[in-house]
Amino acid sequence: MPTADETSKIPGTSGPEIVAAPAPFGSCPLPISEHQRIVLGHGSGGKLTADLIENIFLPAFRNPTLDKLDDQAVLKIGDLRLAFTTDSFVVTPIFFPGGDIGRLAIHGTVNDLAMSGARPLVLSAAFILEEGLAMDDLRRVVESMRAAAAEAGVQLVTGDTKVVNRGKGDQIFITTTGIGIIENDVNISADQATPGDKIILSGTIGDHGMTIMSQREGLEFEGAIESDCASLSGLVVTMLSTPTQRRDFIHTMRDPTRGGVATTLNELARRANVGIVIDQRSIPVRESVKGACEVLGLDPLYVANEGKLLAFVVPEMAEAVLDRMRQHPLGCDAAIIGEVVDTHPGMVLMKTEIGGTRVLDVMFGEQLPRIC
Amino acid sequence: MKYLDEYRDGEIAARIVDKMRRTLTRPWVVMEVCGGQTHSIVKNGIDYLLPAGVELVHGPGCPVCVTPLEMIDKAHAIARLPNVIFCSFGDMLRVPGSEGDLFTIKSLGGDVRVVYSPLECLKIARANPEKQVVFFAIGFETTAPANAMLAWRARAESLNNVSLLVSHVLVPPALEAILEAPGNRVQGFLGPGHVCAVMGYREYDPISARYHVPIVITGFEPLDILQGTLMTVRQLESGRATVENQYSRILDREGNRAAQQLIGAVFEAGDRKWRGIGTIPMSGYHLRDEFSRHDAEKLFDVAGIAPREPEICISGQILRGLKKPHDCPAFGSLCTPQRPLGATMVSAEGACAAYYTYGRHLRPHGADPMHPVVRETEIVHANR
Amino acid sequence: MCLAVPGKVLSTFDQHGVRMAKVQFGGVVREACLECVPEVQVGEYVLVHVGFALSRIDEAEAERTFEALRELDQLAELEAPAADEPVEQAQSLPGKAGPGGNRR
Repeated sequence: MPTADETSKIPGTSGPEIVAAPAPFGSCPLPISEHQRIVLGHGSGGKLTADLIENIFLPAFRNPTLDKLDDQAVLKIGDLRLAFTTDSFVVTPIFFPGGDIGRLAIHGTVNDLAMSGARPLVLSAAFILEEGLAMDDLRRVVESMRAAAAEAGVQLVTGDTKVVNRGKGDQIFITTTGIGIIENDVNISADQATPGDKIILSGTIGDHGMTIMSQREGLEFEGAIESDCASLSGLVVTMLSTPTQRRDFIHTMRDPTRGGVATTLNELARRANVGIVIDQRSIPVRESVKGACEVLGLDPLYVANEGKLLAFVVPEMAEAVLDRMRQHPLGCDAAIIGEVVDTHPGMVLMKTEIGGTRVLDVMFGEQLPRIC
Repeated sequence: MKYLDEYRDGEIAARIVDKMRRTLTRPWVVMEVCGGQTHSIVKNGIDYLLPAGVELVHGPGCPVCVTPLEMIDKAHAIARLPNVIFCSFGDMLRVPGSEGDLFTIKSLGGDVRVVYSPLECLKIARANPEKQVVFFAIGFETTAPANAMLAWRARAESLNNVSLLVSHVLVPPALEAILEAPGNRVQGFLGPGHVCAVMGYREYDPISARYHVPIVITGFEPLDILQGTLMTVRQLESGRATVENQYSRILDREGNRAAQQLIGAVFEAGDRKWRGIGTIPMSGYHLRDEFSRHDAEKLFDVAGIAPREPEICISGQILRGLKKPHDCPAFGSLCTPQRPLGATMVSAEGACAAYYTYGRHLRPHGADPMHPVVRETEIVHANR
Repeated sequence: MCLAVPGKVLSTFDQHGVRMAKVQFGGVVREACLECVPEVQVGEYVLVHVGFALSRIDEAEAERTFEALRELDQLAELEAPAADEPVEQAQSLPGKAGPGGNRR
């Protein structure tokens, strides 16, 4: 049986139950289409993105830290353990219900640091501004970043600005890079996931992605959908300080951004070579998000989130951590949604609403509204 | 959500399945016609819940899958033209033609836009009077009223920069083609609920009678599908063959007269080619002559490329319910949604794509479908 | 076939001579064209496909058939093995009020 590593390689060419490919396929008349150009799907966090990383970036830059493919790099420098991460933000529209590109840029990077249990310290921000961007819009974005940084308890310590010609930049792109300190021998990473761990989701899913989707032309919704964009470091601190003698009771954390909960669970399952089982009925979804997803034929499990986390917690501590989370404003809808198992490593199974079973695979490309 | 949530009740589902088990005396093969029903079945794992002996096979009810390659190539050729805004439902964007897909054309600078409703094209056309707005009008009868309204309003408002590239297909002729095909195993049908919401189900009476097959017009939620299957099995067990309506909260025998009138004013039936099956007579809609100036096939002189389907692809057999996706040696290996070889993998609704999306190519080694680990999971308790 | 979703008509209006409505789906509201369901009133439910209302949902019929589903083989509840899952479900059942009340 192939290992999880093999199944995370080029999709479509491996898997547990593939019938042996017969020889005559070499003379297939239609060429199998390889992507010769970047398409939008390469940026959506699913299989195409993974392909790009595997085929273009990893081979060029290979090293043990990068190969871990965590959302942040954990660097040991003397006695210090630092978390180091970067992220770019290209969202359109730049202002949306619940946030804006500036707020996203701060919280997104802070969250990547927090997911390793690091205390976020400082950020840098690089701006690419399009010629013609209204100065008021820039002020608004920057003010939003100031407020977000204050919320998250981080300082912006260095930055850069570039301007590109009109038509070359979609108003504003922001890249933030962050550094945090991992204290107290905390050891939280994907490969720590262990069969038996309970999986906790900190709140409702799909809010951010559906907010952005709803701003697209023709898909407007009236109704309370707004982005859940927020810094999770406070929630993480609350979780880590759950009273206990037990050390290392949180094995893994990740924020399910692009590609949604489904994609993130798959990444974690493959990285740690464990199986995951979740129950669809336990997953919290707002009515408004649910309605929007039904109308467009989308699955909330694949929709991006910007203020939620998934945590793998040792079973005996799960209830206690859940209680702590529910007392925090960002964790009031937290729920245990599943557990880590030792069967079917690398694979995520879900019990459906109706009581059936389904395998939850990663998202393939861009999520598109469907009519069928 | 009202009229959705209650049709996803696991307890009632179990009771319907139990009833079915106790009614069953021999195996039966039932085909669900619609891609949307296939999607619901695979997504919810409904076929795993059914008692052994009831086999659901998947039909040709995926308009994206059955759109002929020539038509896709025409669409792409039009989308590449500099003065065109090409509008399409999201489903069509990743369907590959002989060279790339609409996404690729977009990445090369084509103005390709996803629309949720055909009526958005009217807004786009009003806002861009100097451009040609072309809408890829695919679908079964369900989508015909909306597409017809687009053509109707374009003509009424003299929006002469709007045109439709029509590739509509009809269900009843497809059912007959399936029943006529040698080797047909299908003994009963779950009829297309939303198609019939528009068209009613009068057209299915003669088919049911001629071929002596039960046809139960069925909805899309899990309980609809289970109830529809139960009704079909009951007919089969008692030797009856008639048309019944499971989806009565939505439709009746006559369907939506206003919609039918609108369709009739804009479209006329004609022969259509179905990818994977071939030409079925009188199985599609074409725009009436009065709408010629909004007919993209007539307006744009795009020579169709002679397409070649990969020999290995067994879509034709899958669309007719003769084979399942995992019967194909290419399924999940050479043929994936990323690199589809044929009709049933190219769209999210096709049987092969649905199977792949819901992980059927990854079924846990040797595990029983109602995986014991899943059954034993006490997750719901923990959250109280 | 095809993806169509039930929603509640909140209001109707005219747009370029076409009868439209604001329809509520769960917690969101979108526009839909009502030209093919002229008899629909505010407060009623319609089935919407690609921004187009295809049919008026017959609430009485829905109630009737759903009750039949719920009461499916009452005797079976006494004979059949206990359900695998606890009776309490996370989601509430809208539209439960009706003849016979809630038997669960």
